[in-house]
Amino acid sequence: MSTDAATHHDDAHHDDVPKGFVHRWLFATNHKDIGTMYLVLALVMFFVGGSMAMVIRAELFEPGLQLVQPYFFNELTTLHGLIMIFGAIMPAFVGLANWQIPLMVGAPDMALPRMNNLSFWLLPFAFLLILSTLFMPGGAVAGGWVMYPPLILQTGESLAFTIFAIHLMGISSIMGAINIIATILNLRAPGMDLLKMPLFVWTWLITAFLLIAIMPVLAGAMTMLLTDKYFGTNFFNAAGGGDVLLYEHIFWFFGHPEVYVMILPAFGIISEVIPTFARKPIFGYKPMVYATASIAFLSFIVWAHHMFTVGLPVGAQLFFMYATMLISVPTGVKVFNWVATMWKGSMTFETPMLFAVAFVILFTIGGFSGLMLGLVPADYQYHNSYFVVAHFHYVLVSGAAFGIMTGVYYWLPKWSGHMYSERWGRIHFWLSVISVNVLFFPMHFLGLAGMPRRIPDYNVAFADWNMVSSIGGFVFGASQLIFVGNIIYTVYFAKSKVPARVWDGARGLEWELPSPPPHHSYSTPPEILPGMLAHGDITH
Amino acid sequence: MTKCATRPATAPGAHWLPRTLLALTGMLLSTVALANPEHPTQWQLNLTRGVSPLSHDVWDLHMAVFYVCIGIGVVVYGAMIYAMLKFRKSKGAEAAKFTHNTKIEVIWTIIPVLILIGLAWPATRILVYENNTSNSVLTVKVTGVQWKWAYDYIDYEGQPINNVSFISMLATDSNDARQMDSGISPWSIKSRHGVDDYLLNVNKPLVVPTHTKIQFLITAADVIHGFWVPALGWQADAIPGQIHDAWGELDKPGTYRGQCAQLCGQDHAYMPIVIRALPRAEFRQWLAAQENKSRMQDVSRTAQIVAAPGDAPQG
Repeated sequence: MSTDAATHHDDAHHDDVPKGFVHRWLFATNHKDIGTMYLVLALVMFFVGGSMAMVIRAELFEPGLQLVQPYFFNELTTLHGLIMIFGAIMPAFVGLANWQIPLMVGAPDMALPRMNNLSFWLLPFAFLLILSTLFMPGGAVAGGWVMYPPLILQTGESLAFTIFAIHLMGISSIMGAINIIATILNLRAPGMDLLKMPLFVWTWLITAFLLIAIMPVLAGAMTMLLTDKYFGTNFFNAAGGGDVLLYEHIFWFFGHPEVYVMILPAFGIISEVIPTFARKPIFGYKPMVYATASIAFLSFIVWAHHMFTVGLPVGAQLFFMYATMLISVPTGVKVFNWVATMWKGSMTFETPMLFAVAFVILFTIGGFSGLMLGLVPADYQYHNSYFVVAHFHYVLVSGAAFGIMTGVYYWLPKWSGHMYSERWGRIHFWLSVISVNVLFFPMHFLGLAGMPRRIPDYNVAFADWNMVSSIGGFVFGASQLIFVGNIIYTVYFAKSKVPARVWDGARGLEWELPSPPPHHSYSTPPEILPGMLAHGDITH
Repeated sequence: MTKCATRPATAPGAHWLPRTLLALTGMLLSTVALANPEHPTQWQLNLTRGVSPLSHDVWDLHMAVFYVCIGIGVVVYGAMIYAMLKFRKSKGAEAAKFTHNTKIEVIWTIIPVLILIGLAWPATRILVYENNTSNSVLTVKVTGVQWKWAYDYIDYEGQPINNVSFISMLATDSNDARQMDSGISPWSIKSRHGVDDYLLNVNKPLVVPTHTKIQFLITAADVIHGFWVPALGWQADAIPGQIHDAWGELDKPGTYRGQCAQLCGQDHAYMPIVIRALPRAEFRQWLAAQENKSRMQDVSRTAQIVAAPGDAPQG
């Protein structure tokens, strides 16, 4: 088998693109098309969830109630959380996985293309369903994205629809994860050993195992809520012999690994981008893999740090505090390795690198507040305050979302064959990175001063920082329009063609394919030559 | 140099940088040091230190971990910034080829572990101290109800308290102002002492003695609530079907304000907690008066609250 043959084979199928919307998209089995659909859905949901955030920030712009009633405010905070987590961050990562994993491991497609189609097409309906609950009598769920009973059981009929939608999202995630594992474990090109895989593939492999482990747990918790509400069970009803805390334990057994589902793939993207623009191999490849695996393992034994204030026995609180603090060790290793990768590199700062650097700096701020939150006596003061809101937005917006933007800017030229506008990429970056800090940093102060989360109105002492935060929020929201504009420009209007190796420092199989890659790539496994891979020499 | 010398020493340009820095540091320190334990203040940056040994311990731990983060941040960000300035392609930097360095990797795994042990030690001590509610002098049962707090005084100095129970809910002036299109400015809501108490004032505060270990038995009647008064140094979830045992102390007379911390429905933002700490002698008088009053009062209302707070009218 020679590379010539492989290329020839690809050429033969070059125009084998299904015609018409139904055949191309509804019946899609091609990993590139499905990846694109995931990414478009994520972008749309990012704006849906983002508009909710804009209303929230507008209501919080000054004390007093100006725009929305408290109950609707609670619906907004709840749906904002659910949509951003399940609709924006997770589908975006699955979209990136769909596009990149086959290209990076030298596979012709995802291992299970039809299941891939189903796992995508469940999602638009799940989100239509969950958004439709806004218009149902009694309104959407308003108990926060964690949906703690008994409060959540006070929801009207929309609870059943919401739970069904979450089941759909869960099924989609499980199928997506199975597909990713099957692809990575079975369809790697000869010579692509596990410990030669790109770190993005590694982090997704571990993430996929997390997903398979936790999504059924969430489904269980949701189903118990459903039977408590409609079938007279008492899982979580103290008056019927149930236990409210049982829900919190089950939910956070899902919820904490879920946090890592939303950050590990971003770690992978950053680990691809920094070496490319530092023109230097990643520092400590194997420690990076082991650190990711350690984080994933530890994520299963720290769930109760979300419940320090429920009154657990002291011994349990101590265990969960120590386990939580331990997570900062492998996380620290990752951050140090990124800095060491930059050390003595030959760096340039194109938009993906700018976002990657901002990711490392701002994610670390979220890590610091995470360490603070991990200390139980201090958590007794921070818990459920705006300090927590600041913490998880630092890790999820300037962490996960910036990681996704890094990946999009990094690979969009490969996918489209055109270069995005570097100038507008930089404008998008600088506006985002400044406004995201104006938006979220003051929330630390608000929380420390005593402002609880999930309130539509507050004492006047909190007015100033809330106004600052809202202004940051509006600028951040508006800046994201530049992102969309830049993507549309790149895909539809950009004239310049980019070479196969878009970035001169980039290594890995995806850069051996032309930009854009043919609709069916690697119909026969590629031959990996020395120097092609970012990690490990193929000659060994 | 000569140009500078011709200026008067106090000219704004001469020492503006150190002065500005000094002023900024002063502002920051004052905000940090003066965080009012009783209620939040405008532009507040830091946690209150509270007014008891327990809350001071919590504050010290908070500051310790904060400084540790600052320290790590200076090292990590310093290295990053140095690298970004120095190792640029535009400055002719050639990329090195190294991919690992076992010695440094071991160092930056061990040092964080040592730092963590250094933090876990005081955290463990404070946590154990914080969870020890024995030898409390006053016991109060706190029940979260949508959307108010019910307080039942159980015992004081070993003596049971008879029928001192009441419901504490958002003060009327705040409640009027909070309605949409009320036309009442939140800034116009002030306490008798001029404190901005919009949404942080109640019709009847929880009254406790100073310098007293108070045991709180926290529970809820309907959904989960969160009992949080920053001056005490902690918050505790109020969970239906469970009694959450916690203790606090306030060593200075005053009016300490907090809020429900756990989302509990549409009026979650409108169930503040206000604790008035009185010197012990005054508290004894207050308690005697309350016991007297409840003896003479219509018993049915008290019974209703004690027996089934959930049946109380919802507001």
